[in-house]
Amino acid sequence: MNSWNNIKTITKRELGGYFTSPIAYVFLIIFLLLTGFFTFTIGNFFERGEASLVSFFTWHPWLYLFLVPAVGMRLWSEERRLGTMELLLTMPLTTWQAIVGKFLASWLFLALALALTFPVWITVNWLGAPDNGIIAAGYVGSLFLAGSYLAISCMTSALTRNQVISFILSVVICLFFILAGYTPVTDLLTRFASPVVVDIIASFSVMTHFEGFQRGVIDLRDFLFFASVIGFALFTTGVIIRSQRAG
Amino acid sequence: MIKVENLCKHFGAKIAVNDVSFSVERGEVLGFLGPNGAGKSTTMRMITGYYPPTSGRVTVGGFDIMEKPIEAKRLIGYLPENAPGYADMTVRGFLSFAAELRGLHGDARKKAVNHAVEMCSLENVLHQTIDTLSKGYKHRTCLAQSLVHDPEVLIMDEPTDGLDPNQKHEVRGLIRRMAATKAIIFSTHILEEVEETCSRAIIIDRGTIVANGTPAELKARSELAGAVHVQTAGVASAALIENLNQVPGVVRTEVVTDANGRVEARAYPDKSNANLNLTRAIAELAAQQHWQLDEIHTETGKLDEVFRAITLPDTVKAH
Repeated sequence: MNSWNNIKTITKRELGGYFTSPIAYVFLIIFLLLTGFFTFTIGNFFERGEASLVSFFTWHPWLYLFLVPAVGMRLWSEERRLGTMELLLTMPLTTWQAIVGKFLASWLFLALALALTFPVWITVNWLGAPDNGIIAAGYVGSLFLAGSYLAISCMTSALTRNQVISFILSVVICLFFILAGYTPVTDLLTRFASPVVVDIIASFSVMTHFEGFQRGVIDLRDFLFFASVIGFALFTTGVIIRSQRAG
Repeated sequence: MIKVENLCKHFGAKIAVNDVSFSVERGEVLGFLGPNGAGKSTTMRMITGYYPPTSGRVTVGGFDIMEKPIEAKRLIGYLPENAPGYADMTVRGFLSFAAELRGLHGDARKKAVNHAVEMCSLENVLHQTIDTLSKGYKHRTCLAQSLVHDPEVLIMDEPTDGLDPNQKHEVRGLIRRMAATKAIIFSTHILEEVEETCSRAIIIDRGTIVANGTPAELKARSELAGAVHVQTAGVASAALIENLNQVPGVVRTEVVTDANGRVEARAYPDKSNANLNLTRAIAELAAQQHWQLDEIHTETGKLDEVFRAITLPDTVKAH
């Protein structure tokens, strides 16, 4: 109970921090503009002539590649830069509670951004009769995708007090998670490696696992994949923070 | 309340703190002195559980800081070096956040925040964000954060750093007022602060404790301590020195100033003789010689002299 209170306190503060600075508003506006642009212009939403949000969700792994690290890059590097990390970690709470609290705050913020894309959902329902179950699965998948990227950004931001370095590192790591299962890359790999190896590499990719959600299939393995990426990245964050203090 | 045993901290090959032991009880104020980089902050960070020690043990209120960190940290209020704070939060928001992490909710939290605000005189800046505060206010906000849960143990890394003389005076007063009910450790560069507020002082240099005692005990280690200072008029300095040298127990004399017929001189006592009362002997001599004595007093020693003598590397001391 006590640990939940601590997590809640941290989450509340962190979430408040987004909205007292212009970051939240700038991010939300850019996110909504870009999702609109990708869905309708690049994704040819209208020309497709089908009542689905495929052209909306397809772009999420690429869109999040830059936007999620922008949200996560400050999580720990800002604490280190301001020196508040010392304050926070000498409070009667565990490092784990602080990590989870901060992660949850940013994840909630991304969930809010995702929820604000509801006009796209209204549009598609107004124009036709889509399968809303598939759309719901797409949203769930997208949220977990964002969570995975965020956990990785959380980890890289614990590494450095410099937000730019933290941003670039997490973009590179997230890019790896995309490319491992990106069709042009897997096609290239099949020329050098046996299909089994290519499959193993591709199974590490967020693309492979996000695809199921987009088709409306909620597979336990896809859930487990995203959950374990989040769990592993947050665990590593804890190890990094501990080792920095150990000297 | 605070017990530090054989504490060591290594950063790679560098030994930051080496075998430091001391304890602080409720009602004591321990001043932590030492040159920059001596290991003061590192020691404090280990006591508050921020750095795990390489070896050694810290217990706070009987709880080992590594084994029972939550219980130990509950008892501690901590003001880190440079008084950090969340730049985008208001003073009230920041203090409420700290109080909540300390397990205070609802009315209890409100009361605790108001009390801390009052103690640190923050009423005027309550709704300002921390990045807009002056250095003094920023410092006091962080100080208020450390006091919000009325901790039994208070650890402050340079609590008066960056404050103006009035604010320094206020903070020292605050420390003295709290001293009776808490165990307090604070570090400082300002030596008169130690004399004014501490019941005990530790001087730490290159990671080890080089002196530990009450401010008076430390001052007594000064070469100057116990020397008799006289100021006379109408006596030649040579005659004065010659006479002073003949007083039993005087090992050395020196002229401090000699101008406009006034001579100030110092006579250093033989420190091995505890029963010696040099001041009385010199006063009697002055009466006998019919000197016009303007001033006579016994020096208590200077803390900064002791500090320099202890902490300067030997090569520098020779000059």
